[in-house]
Amino acid sequence: MAGVTTSDGNVTPFAPGDYPVVVVGSGPGGLQTAYWLRRLGIPYAHISADDAPGGLFRRFPVYQRLISWTKPYAVEERGTRAYERYDWNSLIAVEPENRSLVAPFMDGTSYFPARAEMEQGLLEFASRTGLAVNYGCRWEATRREDEGLVLETSHGEYRSPIVIFAIGATRPWKPAIPGLEDVPHYVEAKPARHYAGRRVFLIGKRNSGFELADGLLPWARQIILASPRPASLSVTTRSLVGARARYVQPYEDHVLAGGNVVLDVAIRSVERGGDGYRVHAVGTTNPGDFVLTVDDVIAATGFEVGLGDLPGLGVATFNQGRLPAQTPFWGSASVPGIYFAGSATQAAAGLRKYGISSNSAAVHGFRYNAGVLVRHIAERHFGMMFDDPVMPPDGLIEHLLHAATKAPELWNQPSYLAHVVELGARPGPVARGITPLAHFVDANGPDAVAVTVESDASGDIHPAVYVRSRGTVSEHLLPSAPFHDYETEDHRSLLRAVLDPVTRG
Amino acid sequence: MNGDELIDTFSSFTLFADLSRPQLEALAHIFEEEWFAEGQRVVHQGFGGVGFYVILHGEAAVRIDGVERARLGRGEFFGELSILLDEPPAADVMAITPLRCGSLPRSQLEDFLLAHPTVSLRMLQVELRRLRASNQWRA
Repeated sequence: MAGVTTSDGNVTPFAPGDYPVVVVGSGPGGLQTAYWLRRLGIPYAHISADDAPGGLFRRFPVYQRLISWTKPYAVEERGTRAYERYDWNSLIAVEPENRSLVAPFMDGTSYFPARAEMEQGLLEFASRTGLAVNYGCRWEATRREDEGLVLETSHGEYRSPIVIFAIGATRPWKPAIPGLEDVPHYVEAKPARHYAGRRVFLIGKRNSGFELADGLLPWARQIILASPRPASLSVTTRSLVGARARYVQPYEDHVLAGGNVVLDVAIRSVERGGDGYRVHAVGTTNPGDFVLTVDDVIAATGFEVGLGDLPGLGVATFNQGRLPAQTPFWGSASVPGIYFAGSATQAAAGLRKYGISSNSAAVHGFRYNAGVLVRHIAERHFGMMFDDPVMPPDGLIEHLLHAATKAPELWNQPSYLAHVVELGARPGPVARGITPLAHFVDANGPDAVAVTVESDASGDIHPAVYVRSRGTVSEHLLPSAPFHDYETEDHRSLLRAVLDPVTRG
Repeated sequence: MNGDELIDTFSSFTLFADLSRPQLEALAHIFEEEWFAEGQRVVHQGFGGVGFYVILHGEAAVRIDGVERARLGRGEFFGELSILLDEPPAADVMAITPLRCGSLPRSQLEDFLLAHPTVSLRMLQVELRRLRASNQWRA
């Protein structure tokens, strides 16, 4: 590792220079990516503008408790791979001693870690794994040169053919509404007691809007939660689409006429007036004009990926420029050599069956994307070959059903990541590991089978098997089961019937 | 494309021609924007759970058993037959250029059409034109 010794004798890792790969960002996405790069022996440099690991968890959520659970006591033993399904926050590791590092810091008041508990878990991961990062090194500009990329940073220039941006989807974003530019964003919300006795207008009905509303319930005189689209709740969508259950209280207050109001309106403008604001809005689901005088307005209108000058380099974006367009393996769709890790990987949407998004915006989803991305880079850019395990022919059914029942990446990234087994090889089927399902169903290749877990419109959760035979992929859904245990005789028999035509063909 | 541009784009589509500005604004929030690389399939023949898509930018090919049957461009839509008939899609829809779509999950399409009868009528007109074209082609 190239380093620079500073005047106080400390060695700053990853001095500016040429590297095969550069990782930018030291939040959970950057740390998880660096972990896999090092494990696979791919030389890289890791830089971060922050002065310590943790990314957005060094500051957010505003009201200091996460919406992703870590269950200190779960049906699987802490420290096992299967436990990851119940621990959405710890980064993942092959070494048992580096797993499940958030739960030990939790104080038992909630199975949603406090922000500081999450931050401690990430610090512990970085410390135990010994991941080095050049902290305080700010990426400032980018240019192309000699088929590679040059990152201009506060410490100097880094050159590399491959840059992985793990920079989070954390830059505050507001829609273009007149007057909204003068309104504080979610990230600028003050402590809840500041809003005591005040009438607060919150723009946005996603989790950040509901988080603020929930935090202000004991303080605000009235909360008006407004956006054009009706609120959706995770308990009714049966997915992570919608406000999470623990933030439903403001909604219940609204439906029981408790004084707080949820409005479906398009906001025309926000004006400063006296000590407060005047909000002009037009109803969407119900017609009507509204002019509301309030003490505070807060824009809980979401975030974007802070892409810096990358769009000028040709990085295509969508969703009003907030997300970089990506391939199924999280590469920029328009500029070779640029990849994304962390919450920016939500832009590679996958199949979105029944409208259900991936969990790539959250740690429990993108921590798996990182491993898949690094293997993809290893194979594609470094020509690395993996000695994938060969299974006895009669082991295929058990392998697939065991994955569907236990594999945490399938439960945390349902219908998005899949376990793939290549068929027809000798002496037996080869487990090719984890791949994005969207890639498997579109790619040509040898006969193979992919297994994942999916939900349908009714919320029924079941294994789904995709069989590629002579270039055509077919979908086969297996039945759900109590306790989600698919290692049953019924499932074996049904899966055998699906696979027999291919394995015996 | 910023929010206003998205609303302007929707307003230029025949499907949404009768909607008011606030309704179009709500549309821009109800529809998710999705991006597909050239060669990526948006709809997979025979797979369940397909959504409803309106093309914002780019071009897609409709293919049945690998044979191209139609091309779709800006303002055109797909996925509705599978949702309204509750059947797996009978065709692939594949991006043949970088493709940007507005999408609506299948669970929301029926409610959306019931709440916006003019969109239903416009959709029906398009379906009838497609049926007529299909009959002429067969004849």
